[in-house]
Amino acid sequence: MLQDKEITRVQELTYELKVKDLMTTDVATVSPKDTMNKLREILRIRRISGTPVVEGDQLVGIISIEDLIKCLASGGMDASVEEKMTKKVETLYADEPLVHAVSKFNECGFGRLPVIERDQGKLVGILTKGDIIKGLLKKLEIEYHEEEIHRYRASHIFEDIIADKTSLHLQYNIVGQDFKRAGASASGLRKTLLRLGFHPHIVRRVAIVAYEAEMNIVIFTNGGQISARVQPELIKIEASDTGPGIPDIEQAMQPGFSTAPEWVQELGFGAGMGLPNIKKCADKMILTSQVGKGTELKATIYIKEGGN
Amino acid sequence: MKLQEIVKELNLDVRCGAHNLDKQVSGGYASDLLSDVIANSKKDNIWITLQTHQNIVAVASLKDLAGVIIVNGRKPEEDALKKAEEENIPIMLTKLPTFEVAGRLYNLGIRGKV
Repeated sequence: MLQDKEITRVQELTYELKVKDLMTTDVATVSPKDTMNKLREILRIRRISGTPVVEGDQLVGIISIEDLIKCLASGGMDASVEEKMTKKVETLYADEPLVHAVSKFNECGFGRLPVIERDQGKLVGILTKGDIIKGLLKKLEIEYHEEEIHRYRASHIFEDIIADKTSLHLQYNIVGQDFKRAGASASGLRKTLLRLGFHPHIVRRVAIVAYEAEMNIVIFTNGGQISARVQPELIKIEASDTGPGIPDIEQAMQPGFSTAPEWVQELGFGAGMGLPNIKKCADKMILTSQVGKGTELKATIYIKEGGN
Repeated sequence: MKLQEIVKELNLDVRCGAHNLDKQVSGGYASDLLSDVIANSKKDNIWITLQTHQNIVAVASLKDLAGVIIVNGRKPEEDALKKAEEENIPIMLTKLPTFEVAGRLYNLGIRGKV
């Protein structure tokens, strides 16, 4: 199944984020010579359940609330931390990607891992499972917020522009006879307009006009251009080519009339519906053509509230 | 009816967009002329065709179709599958001919525009 192969944003983030991005740097530590009584006070005051043991700036062990409970039960609270701590410490490097930390947590089952600097072995922070969850949520929230702002900006582009007349000009170059790429411009225009926040009904009509115009350029000519002039109240699509031209426009407008070669028709194109489809979708359509010179199509779609 | 149920009932071979089968199908359209599909299909329709090139994806995405059934055991072109995956359009294959597929969909309650 494809969905298994899909990488979620969270998985992606575990590769992007580094341990140092999420770790806590204000780490409570104890020294090996401290007593278990002192450790108890630190854990109580900081409301934490374990701490690294540090000599100078070097990590020498780790001690947890479990060690403390064991000690309480056996009555050795005057013992030094050194005697009770775990000396073989699993650590993370600050510059490791988060995904390593996640797998290490899974492997060792600990709740926290000290973070050291790769070169000097100096303790620089501590990472808990809670830090990972908090860090990921925060990052996702920031991204979501950015996306919201982005969408808002795109869809309010016209409101934000101060001018007596505003228009956005999008231009696409169409390669003639290239059936593989045919439709790419219309689809690019469609996505752009959706992104700009135009109503899907409007976008569909514009896209159909652009698609059919693009197809005509691909099928019948050696190439041309499609442009869309986007204004707050209307979208104007212009398609032009230097192709063979249309001898009889009235005839070309008849549904079903086609001069497309048979092999093109077999592909499902050239059904003689293109121009009628454009006419149906556009509020205004002007088609001019000169045999041997080229064809020019101008179609306008008005934007009204609600999209229709 | 959901696309998923149609896939099961007609035993269709889902070639891409497998994670997008949760869509509710609004009706059906059968045609091999792209302009005709553009003009007459409706949003969330299931489209039956024998065309296999990548423009079927452009048309399906242009009209927000629920998915495309390719008939007669035809195989879509590589480019078409790649494009469909990008656009998240389910492409489903069957050995059955168009008439038979349309009939079976009708029996399942899928209707065309009358």
